[in-house]
Amino acid sequence: MTALESAKKIKAKFGDLISEPAEFRGETTVQLADAEKIAEVCACAKNDLGFDYLMDISSVDNYGDDPRWMVVYHLRGLRHGGELRIKTGVSEEKSELPTVTTVWKTADWHEREIFDMMGLRFSGHPDLRRILMWEGYPYFPLRKDFPLAGKPTELPGVAFTKTAPLEGGPFVTVAGGGDATGREPRVRPPKE
Amino acid sequence: MRTETEIGYNSKIEGDVIVTRVDAALNWFRKNSVWPMPMGLACCAIELMAAGASRFDISRFGSEVMRFSPRQSDCMIVAGTVTYKMAGAVKRIYDQMPEPRWVIAMGACASTGGMYRSYAVLQGVDNIVPVDIYISGCPPRPEAVLDALMKLQAKISTQPVLENLMAVKALQHH
Repeated sequence: MTALESAKKIKAKFGDLISEPAEFRGETTVQLADAEKIAEVCACAKNDLGFDYLMDISSVDNYGDDPRWMVVYHLRGLRHGGELRIKTGVSEEKSELPTVTTVWKTADWHEREIFDMMGLRFSGHPDLRRILMWEGYPYFPLRKDFPLAGKPTELPGVAFTKTAPLEGGPFVTVAGGGDATGREPRVRPPKE
Repeated sequence: MRTETEIGYNSKIEGDVIVTRVDAALNWFRKNSVWPMPMGLACCAIELMAAGASRFDISRFGSEVMRFSPRQSDCMIVAGTVTYKMAGAVKRIYDQMPEPRWVIAMGACASTGGMYRSYAVLQGVDNIVPVDIYISGCPPRPEAVLDALMKLQAKISTQPVLENLMAVKALQHH
């Protein structure tokens, strides 16, 4: 069974909630209209269609659009080798969706990372704490409205942050050509 | 016949007495057995390991005794990127080291934050601990680590040990 057939089976089961499977460069993607159903869709993919391995969960900040958040699940079946991508949108007001730790235990840390970096909450998660930044850090650094240089914070005895000196940056490298001095990271304003 | 005394010089050649200052003698002891605390946080730590291995052999300078306990070490070598999350641990380990203690900031990240102009990275470990020697490079070669160690030895040999001890004593009396 190919990933496309699997996607069609999911569509047959969930009907209008699932978009037509899109194929791009041999990869299959479906959109889930209601993020509240993500755990059920994932359970179906795992139990009925053999997607026993959750490769990754990532999140996208479509700043300025509605819904603002996009959560992307990458599934793989270790037996049949097929890969399937499930995308679902989450509105900024809600910023919450069900956990899939009930389906794959490995989702635990993926979801904690998204919570830490993007500020989405996963209802039903067994241990939703920050994983990269420390408890008490007030911001979500991968959001588009968070500056690269960071914001100053102070949590006495735990950690502090200061704004990094970008000095007109960001610092970028130039790929290929030139000598090492020319390639190394420097302030390079984008060309008009 | 015994030709060497307990303190390790050849009395046949040098005679039975050498004259020196207490400061110079103490510093001589100190600078030739700097026990490093390898604060390995990123790829610089790999170069630090190379500096400790046989090809570069940091033991030629009396610093082969890498101590993973801050209580047994003299010199913290901060080798790598110090994130804000790690900064608290680095500071705490430094605070646990007994005096006299020194710090070497190894590489661009430890010295200035390096290429990480980011919300997550401390922009130089000298924001939290006093640094004696900075090593440039990304990562520095082991020779640079050895050079820094020699510079640190030169710095140690100029430090007024007795004067400092007297100052501490004076403070304790008050």
